[in-house]
Amino acid sequence: MNLLRRREDLACRQVVELVTDYLENALSRSDRKRFERHLRACPNCSAYLDQIRQTIATTGRLTPESLTPEARDAFTDLYRAWRAEGPPDEEPGT
Amino acid sequence: MESDDELLTRLRDGDEQAFVILVGRYQSTLLRVARSFVPSTAVAEEVVQDTWMGVVRGIDRFEGRSSFKTWLFRIMVNRARTSGVRENRHLTLDPTEPAVSPDRFDANGAWAEPIAPWESDVDDRLVAESWGPALRAAVDALPGRQRDVVVLRDVEGLDAADVCEVLDISEGNQRVLLHRGRSRLRTVLEDELRTRGRS
Repeated sequence: MNLLRRREDLACRQVVELVTDYLENALSRSDRKRFERHLRACPNCSAYLDQIRQTIATTGRLTPESLTPEARDAFTDLYRAWRAEGPPDEEPGT
Repeated sequence: MESDDELLTRLRDGDEQAFVILVGRYQSTLLRVARSFVPSTAVAEEVVQDTWMGVVRGIDRFEGRSSFKTWLFRIMVNRARTSGVRENRHLTLDPTEPAVSPDRFDANGAWAEPIAPWESDVDDRLVAESWGPALRAAVDALPGRQRDVVVLRDVEGLDAADVCEVLDISEGNQRVLLHRGRSRLRTVLEDELRTRGRS
């Protein structure tokens, strides 16, 4: 990250912009060290990082909206129709 | 809950129940992401229906080299792009949009006020006290590609490389979009906690 000048300690305002790169393992080795050094000394940024982690966890618990009974029936009918139809068209493989 | 792979095995045997379960599992997310590629809900619904047809007819060619959901979302995006509708490719990448409001910091860039740690069970509570809808609304309110990335990464659990492939964006853009999206959601949850008076 070029916004970081070398050697200088990170400010909290910079740390909050680096949390995703940190969590994605996209920081250089030296930036990662500086980031972690800041966290060790800064309970506020540690709390912030924890809040981001909790945000991610909470987002991961969102469940899909259920299908309506009508939609279930419609997809069952579609499925039968598709299965009854001729040879498949081209789809990408995996 | 049956895994996607178990359902796919049943689907290969022509089990329509397995198909309906898979549709239920992914329909709302497919519609959300499709909607950001096409200009109307009606077109998004067509694209998604077409996607499921592609799944049913292409199931024998799915070899499991990627996860089912990556394959599924890739089919959807392909369909959306060939639906004859111009894609809104505008990437809202504003490099100046801060993760946290600047007025939360002092002149030296340090937090002006202490950050109150959330209780460790906050995510349980958010769900238990049905805060899901508030978070869902916040996810839906994210701008186009931010929402797509957050939905695919954090709701559906695709990894970064798969999201880049599905959405055809670079790793760097993926990270910026994810960063903006997650930062906004954190702010929403923080505000919710504060208004409800329990932080």
